[in-house]
Amino acid sequence: MTAPAQSAAAEKLEWHTIKLIENPVYRYGLVTLAVAYVFWSVGSLDIDWPRVAHGLPRAGDMFARMFPPDFSRWELLSRELLVSVQMALAASLFGMVLAVPLGLCAASNLAPRPVYLVARFIIVLTRTFHEIIWAIFFVKIVGFGPLAGVLTLIVVSISFISKMLAEDIENLPPGQLEAVRATGASFPKLLIYCISPQALPRYLGVSIYRLDANIRHSTVVGIVGGGGIGQVLAASFKRYDYDFSLAILLSIVALVFIGEIFSNWVRSRLR
Amino acid sequence: MSPAEHALKYPEIWRRFTPRQTLTRYAWYVGAVFIAAWSLHNLDLPWEYLSDAMEQAMDLFTRMVPPDWNVLDEVLHALIETIHIATLGTIISVFIAFPIAFLAARNTTFNSLTWAIGRFILVASRSVNTVVWGLLFVAIFGPGPIAGIWAIAFRSVGFMGKLVAEAIEEIDEGAVEAIEATGASRLQVLWYGILPQVLPVIYGTTVYRWDINIRESTVLGFVGAGGIGILLYSTMNLFRWEQVSVLLVAIFAVVVISEFVSAAVRQRIT
Repeated sequence: MTAPAQSAAAEKLEWHTIKLIENPVYRYGLVTLAVAYVFWSVGSLDIDWPRVAHGLPRAGDMFARMFPPDFSRWELLSRELLVSVQMALAASLFGMVLAVPLGLCAASNLAPRPVYLVARFIIVLTRTFHEIIWAIFFVKIVGFGPLAGVLTLIVVSISFISKMLAEDIENLPPGQLEAVRATGASFPKLLIYCISPQALPRYLGVSIYRLDANIRHSTVVGIVGGGGIGQVLAASFKRYDYDFSLAILLSIVALVFIGEIFSNWVRSRLR
Repeated sequence: MSPAEHALKYPEIWRRFTPRQTLTRYAWYVGAVFIAAWSLHNLDLPWEYLSDAMEQAMDLFTRMVPPDWNVLDEVLHALIETIHIATLGTIISVFIAFPIAFLAARNTTFNSLTWAIGRFILVASRSVNTVVWGLLFVAIFGPGPIAGIWAIAFRSVGFMGKLVAEAIEEIDEGAVEAIEATGASRLQVLWYGILPQVLPVIYGTTVYRWDINIRESTVLGFVGAGGIGILLYSTMNLFRWEQVSVLLVAIFAVVVISEFVSAAVRQRIT
């Protein structure tokens, strides 16, 4: 083979990185579509551009007013933080307990078909709506304050924990289930001797994770009137009390961080 | 051997846990119940409001049906705005999260200070809820979708950055070393050694986060950050419950569909 032919062959076999979509037509087509989408969507949103242009200087001004964070009202701050934590704790335990029956009903290998479908529907319905929508509903039903917040967190926790529990039970190896059933065990015995030893550790882990998630969410249900630190935060924003807002935000970040560490510690011990 | 004889011969009964283990377990349970009881006691909830809660809920429900489908046009418009907010916010967050993920991954960061900065940004972004970011950006940009887009973007950075950083830490170092051995620059190592390995994770988390963001952007309107939440909040405050039900159906549909799309896409690419 002559030298030029060789280099031409080499050029043909030139290495290139692996692409997710090998066909270049589809690949560039997708990119073009994405760019077109961005232009279309930005164009169709009704955006008040002059107001947005004011945003940057305003942001600077806001940050200037945020510093230094004002911790002088630490009594109010710590009291409401405690309320948020208590809401999360109470809701997690209630949610954890109430999630068990729903989770059992939503496991296809335990519950009869109609029960399973109803339970799954409840889970999907409660999971789909954001917790703030639930919070608004509970505020309408039981009025402003922590009760609405606790009820919201309970609903969200039940839905999350029971979904995880149901999936866990469905993933259990069928052997043990069959073996315990073959001894003629009743349903409660099946739960105690077959389901609980296998599903309990993960159930506890999920519940602890939910506690951590509830601490995070308890800080926002207050924004729509569900009590706790969120209510104070929303009020401070409305009063342009930005240095206090920053103090609250920093406290929330610290609280969430502690909650996460605690949850990780407990879950690592459970394993 | 009768059970009685058997019990005589083998007096020990098999137990799964030692008494000590059982005791500590029960101590944990009692502790958990005690903490919950203490919390409930301190919260001092007005339980009497619960007594007519069922009635109130039923009342709401009867007002919601039949749904007033005349508002459907307006609802669809708001729904499209919601999807735009979620999508644009997700796109922006990819560009912010990507460099921060490299800072926050131990094997690609410059030194421990940049690593700590990267980690701090990710933790701070995740600790602040989307709605709280919404409050902040409404104060900056004024009410409207722009505030919502930035709120979504800032919250998503922490989520995506964390997952991508974890993926970067778990890459196969062999490929990186091989490319370094060819005398490639730092940027080339990044482009040819690291990026191809984490790209599927980036696509996957982006699509996953997009479907979470659809759900989040339905409530951004409660703080004035655009989307269907504005409509939901105002119709609720006007007690137009027969319109609220239309909004709820619309939200339900869009969230379920986006979850389905996201699951399907993730299944294809991973």
